[in-house]
Amino acid sequence: MAEATRTITAPTPTPETGPFWEAAAKGKLLVKTCTTCERPHHYPRPICPLCGSDRTEWKESSGRGAIYSYSVMRRASPPYVIAYVTLEEGVSMMTNLVDCDFDALRIGQPVRVVWTPSDGGPPVPMFTPS
Amino acid sequence: MSIRDKAFIVGVYEHPTRKADNISLAQLHAEVAHGALADAGLTKDAVDGYFCAGDAPGLGGLSMADYMGLRLRHIDTTETGGSSYVVHVAHAAEAIAAGRCDVALITLAGRPRAEGMATGTAPRSYGPTSPDVPFEAPFAPTVVNQYAMAAMRHMHEFGTTSEQLAWIKVAASQHAQHNPHAMLREVVTVADVVGSPMISDPLHRLDCCVISDGGGAVIVARPEVAKSLKRPRVTVRGAGEAVKHQMGGQVDLTYTGARWSGPAAFESAGVTPADIKYASIYDSFTITVLITLEDLGFCPKGQGGRFVSDGNLISGVGRLPFNTDGGGLCNNHPANRGGMTKVIEAVRQLRGEAHPKVQVKSCDLALAHGTGGSLATRHASATLILERS
Repeated sequence: MAEATRTITAPTPTPETGPFWEAAAKGKLLVKTCTTCERPHHYPRPICPLCGSDRTEWKESSGRGAIYSYSVMRRASPPYVIAYVTLEEGVSMMTNLVDCDFDALRIGQPVRVVWTPSDGGPPVPMFTPS
Repeated sequence: MSIRDKAFIVGVYEHPTRKADNISLAQLHAEVAHGALADAGLTKDAVDGYFCAGDAPGLGGLSMADYMGLRLRHIDTTETGGSSYVVHVAHAAEAIAAGRCDVALITLAGRPRAEGMATGTAPRSYGPTSPDVPFEAPFAPTVVNQYAMAAMRHMHEFGTTSEQLAWIKVAASQHAQHNPHAMLREVVTVADVVGSPMISDPLHRLDCCVISDGGGAVIVARPEVAKSLKRPRVTVRGAGEAVKHQMGGQVDLTYTGARWSGPAAFESAGVTPADIKYASIYDSFTITVLITLEDLGFCPKGQGGRFVSDGNLISGVGRLPFNTDGGGLCNNHPANRGGMTKVIEAVRQLRGEAHPKVQVKSCDLALAHGTGGSLATRHASATLILERS
């Protein structure tokens, strides 16, 4: 588990996203995938936002990806890094980059998931350079 | 349905306040409505269509109709963030063309400054029922750091620089020096912008718009009404709107919905970007302007940095004068929603009523563009082509 330097707002699971957060508690990152168009999407939905099919299933992600974009929120105390990371499975997700030198980050850099405790909820997927 | 010459903007008003400590939100809406009606030479009894968005208090359009005593046969409270009022002008023209109303009133007002709102830097949440929130709120997205990620990616893909972005602020400040109501009237240089404190990489403090109170209103009327009035007429020649989002995780931060709303507006108006004499471009941040100009077709994708450099957006200097009131970057950003003031300054330019120091010569065709929501990930883009009649 990574050290959080600020209070992490707890995600509120919903009926359709419950399995994502239950897996998160076990350190597994799930991606919803459509069995009709065979494409993954994020955040997870029961009906595929890409093709409209209601045939979707959970798949476990490798937890590896690359930085699509990021920004160091210098104005915050303490500063933190928001990012979009593109997973190997092909979807991009909003996250934070942690346990790293903020000034050495670059777009395209390989990263891996680290689970970070939230404030009274399930752990959330953050990423660190791999 | 073509809306060209079916409806005219006959009244506009921008509230002069920038900090409304002693004015309620409802009163601000009523004051801008009053101002725009006076500008048009109409009274409230002429209004039979009303348009407002999420900034209106209480039950929105219903509460404001009650407060102002409007008798309506058409109401439209389309909410697309800061672009709402640009959308509303098009919807008003369409409603008038369809015979749904004769005189449409559009209002915007807000007092985030009086309320001490940390508009750009405090994490925002739209509530746990919003499906995206559980997957974003833990990571503390703010307005500024989301736009910053778009800027960072644009720099990565196209080599855009902070100095190029700074030119957008420089142009706005050159215009704002002539606006007595502008919050920031001091002319700044590229060095000033890139030397200002970093808020969220790569956006500096001076890459961000101001936080202000205030508001504005627009009156759109059918031709018979417009011709009976003494004010110059501005027609809605064309319009386009589009929504851009995260596409199920296929995130692309390098373009906006202007890629679709722009061509739709130009096609319906039968003109091209080269015909535009003046452009009001929503400028929540410098990067918003740069990406929008590319998407609207004023320059090829990726060349926005070069396009905005060397004063190309400064009236009397460059090829595309923009935001001659100083825009959101220097003048005001009432309710954290910049679409209304974009329409108002475009109308001023077409009437020849902009400040003489920034008035574009022979300004007969203008564009107004709004971006509402969060750039590239969840926003509405709205484009208007306005013409002096």
